[in-house]
Amino acid sequence: MSTTMNMIKVIKLEDLAIQIGKEVHVKEKSIAIFRLSNGDVRAVSNRCPHKNGPLAEGIVSGEFVFCPLHDWKISLVTGEVQKPDDGCIEVYPTEIRDGYVYLGGL
Amino acid sequence: MKKKLVMIGNGMAGARCIEEILKRDADMFDITMIGDEPYPNYNRIMLSNVLQGKTTFNEININDWDWYKENHIQLISNERVTEIQREQQQVVTNQGKVIPYDELIIATGSSAFILPVPGNELEGVVGFRTIEDTERMMDAAKQYKKAVVIGGGLLGLEAARGLIDRGMDVHVVHLLPNLMEMQLDREAAKLLQKDLEKQGMKFLMEKKTTEIYGDQRVEGLRFDDGTSVECDLVVMAVGIRPNAAIGREAGLAVGRAIQVNDYMQTSDPQIYAVGECAEHRGIAYGLVAPLYEQGVVLADVLTGKETTGYQGSVLSTQLKVAGCDLFSGGEIHESDDTKAIVVQDQLKGVYKKVLVRDNKVVGVVLYGDASDGTRLFSMLKKEADIQEFTNASVLHKAGEESGIDVASMSANETVCGCNGVTKGTIVGAILEHGLTTFNEVKAVTKAGGSCGKCRGVVEAILAHTLGDKFDASAEVTGMCSCTTLSRDEVVEAIREKGMHTPKEVRIVLGFKHEEGCSKCRPALNYYLRMLRPDEYEDDKASRFVNERMDGNIQKDGTFSVVPRMYGGTTTPEDLIRIGEVAKKYNVPLVKITGAARVGLFGVKKEDLPKVWAELEMRSGYAYSKSLRNVKTCVGSQFCRFGTQDSLGLGIRLEQEIEMVDTPHKMKMGVTGCPRNCAEVLTKDFGVVCVENGYQLYFGGNGGTEVRECDSLTTVATEDEVVQMAKAYVQLYRETGIYGERTAPWVDRVGVDKVRMVLENQDQVEKLAARFELARDTYREAWSVTLEDEQRRNMYTIEQR
Repeated sequence: MSTTMNMIKVIKLEDLAIQIGKEVHVKEKSIAIFRLSNGDVRAVSNRCPHKNGPLAEGIVSGEFVFCPLHDWKISLVTGEVQKPDDGCIEVYPTEIRDGYVYLGGL
Repeated sequence: MKKKLVMIGNGMAGARCIEEILKRDADMFDITMIGDEPYPNYNRIMLSNVLQGKTTFNEININDWDWYKENHIQLISNERVTEIQREQQQVVTNQGKVIPYDELIIATGSSAFILPVPGNELEGVVGFRTIEDTERMMDAAKQYKKAVVIGGGLLGLEAARGLIDRGMDVHVVHLLPNLMEMQLDREAAKLLQKDLEKQGMKFLMEKKTTEIYGDQRVEGLRFDDGTSVECDLVVMAVGIRPNAAIGREAGLAVGRAIQVNDYMQTSDPQIYAVGECAEHRGIAYGLVAPLYEQGVVLADVLTGKETTGYQGSVLSTQLKVAGCDLFSGGEIHESDDTKAIVVQDQLKGVYKKVLVRDNKVVGVVLYGDASDGTRLFSMLKKEADIQEFTNASVLHKAGEESGIDVASMSANETVCGCNGVTKGTIVGAILEHGLTTFNEVKAVTKAGGSCGKCRGVVEAILAHTLGDKFDASAEVTGMCSCTTLSRDEVVEAIREKGMHTPKEVRIVLGFKHEEGCSKCRPALNYYLRMLRPDEYEDDKASRFVNERMDGNIQKDGTFSVVPRMYGGTTTPEDLIRIGEVAKKYNVPLVKITGAARVGLFGVKKEDLPKVWAELEMRSGYAYSKSLRNVKTCVGSQFCRFGTQDSLGLGIRLEQEIEMVDTPHKMKMGVTGCPRNCAEVLTKDFGVVCVENGYQLYFGGNGGTEVRECDSLTTVATEDEVVQMAKAYVQLYRETGIYGERTAPWVDRVGVDKVRMVLENQDQVEKLAARFELARDTYREAWSVTLEDEQRRNMYTIEQR
């Protein structure tokens, strides 16, 4: 997969604190990157589908982030908003190479 | 091969019918439900409680997504059936899906009826029917002031009350001279109107709306008598229109709605209709009880159980508005062959009327005291002969104490009218399943699961059945959805078991999610640091954004910066620097905050560390659950009435108590004389200086729910004030629920209890010492971040 995709180097892995989101701008898109407690690095669109809340500032639990504005719960794996709310955000594939996080799908 | 059962619709009536089918035979059908709302099915009746802030969207789901999965129901949501092709026995959706059926149920419900007047398409005109409608009303209430509800029926009045609760100024427009004319007679309607007027609701009676005017958004209404009213929001609650088009287009017999026989069958024997879209014997119902009764009959029919069919429903109504106790059932108005028994107590505002024909109750209207509603309605439904009663005792059975007498209720008497649950069913469920709480009874029997008005009766039955084993207060809710344990149980367990980290707490106490949720994460972080100030390391990842970033997040993702100004004081140098920084960083709003400091609003996240560094001031903690400020008057230094140095004392209090986490934010005040210019009697802690000392007050609040302080004691010196303040804050820290202000905390633990602890000098000293121990572990937040590169890194945004 990754060989066919255009991956962009965005940030040092060590600059990502566990469970604290990081906002990066790639090609004028605001993206939220997270390092989960299990070590996975996930990247999603930094806009909650509800009121554009900055998801990078949300509380992270497991694979979910809670939007800081109105507490919507969103999966960082599938991008799906959890019930009872509804919606979906874009998820970007990530890769770690030489201590750096690379993003695809952009 | 299972038979294919397809349901068009995913509302309350439809879902209930499916539940009943599954109960009878879970394996008989392959079930597909198609709903055009993007939600699982939810309890529409409770939307007015959501609007009134009594419950949340989360709590009104009837079946969540898992329900569909567990029962192998295919749910197609957010999609609409556009055509029924009867010959091919299939339906087609707007996305082009074709779904074949053996049996088809139409449960499309109804829509809010929108008056056909000019302007009904303007922004700000809504019905009151769906989650979206409710959200639009809640959003409007945040931005706008004036609302008009058209329609003084059940739904209109509940909507109006909800909007008042959300801070709007509300007029109710009604076509007729009496409110709720379908359910109430004149007397009861007048009493209701009077009570609602006392709650601030305004009425425009006998007005016919001819036009809604406005440019893009609604600006007002005009009536046929030439008058008008201004508004920013119009809620149409003039009735419902059955969604019968799909049936009409398929060539089914349709009158007011899709016509069905006693077995809920339409003119095509393979197609059924149930709920508000169905018309039975000329009536299309709009209340929940008959819809559920229909669902039960249809489930019997489809699973081949014996049934006498649906015989129509006698309706009863209650209004979900606090302070208006009413019940109405059966016939409302006297006719030539009915006799009325009427009791009216104008002092208490109670009105009761029972209509009798041939010694049988045929109608009930109760206002002001509706506790007999269920019993009388049950007599009506059973067609009980009332000859044995004296007239007045029909209204109040002889020898019966006021209130609910569950012992004398017969087993087949209905307790929950919405879901048709009898006393016998409830008692049976309690004994069979060993139920002990209202919520358990609700889960098993559905009693109280819709409008919730019968909760009191259900609890009385629990008490009667279980005897002393029932304790209504035992039903405390858990601190969040991860656990059923309460705050006290969690804190006690941390203490007892000597737990050290949030993760350990969640695992040992069996939290549903090992990493918690946005509710319990900050709470556990608080409790652990409160219990172990010397060793627990604060977990930034468990802090809500405001406390993690040390600024209040604004709706557009920017932040506010509010520097500390002890006691509301500042200096020319600080003011000049604030001005220069605001100019340099293009701060869009500079404002004196409610806590008497200068706030910079709309600062970009990446600018925060620079702004703090250039301000060279301490954080005002305007974003945190801790002491915000101490409001002061100028006091004896300048004021000719001032008795003490209230300003100096306020500054000292703020300096000694700032930064330390508390369960919620705290505001304090010190005022120099009883004129109380610093408004200290609505603060979490207030000091009134008098000639001979300092009067101390506690537990006040000027916010959501205003609460005046209770008096604590009078002390002689400033040192005693500071010590008492520390002891009080520590007591609150140790016993408060995370997120609970001191006002509800004082009400919960008791004013006397707080006083009792703080009257004991030994206790005061110990509490104050524990506070100081905690205080020593805190350092000013902005400077900590400025010194720490990794922390500063949180504010930068990489550009790629």
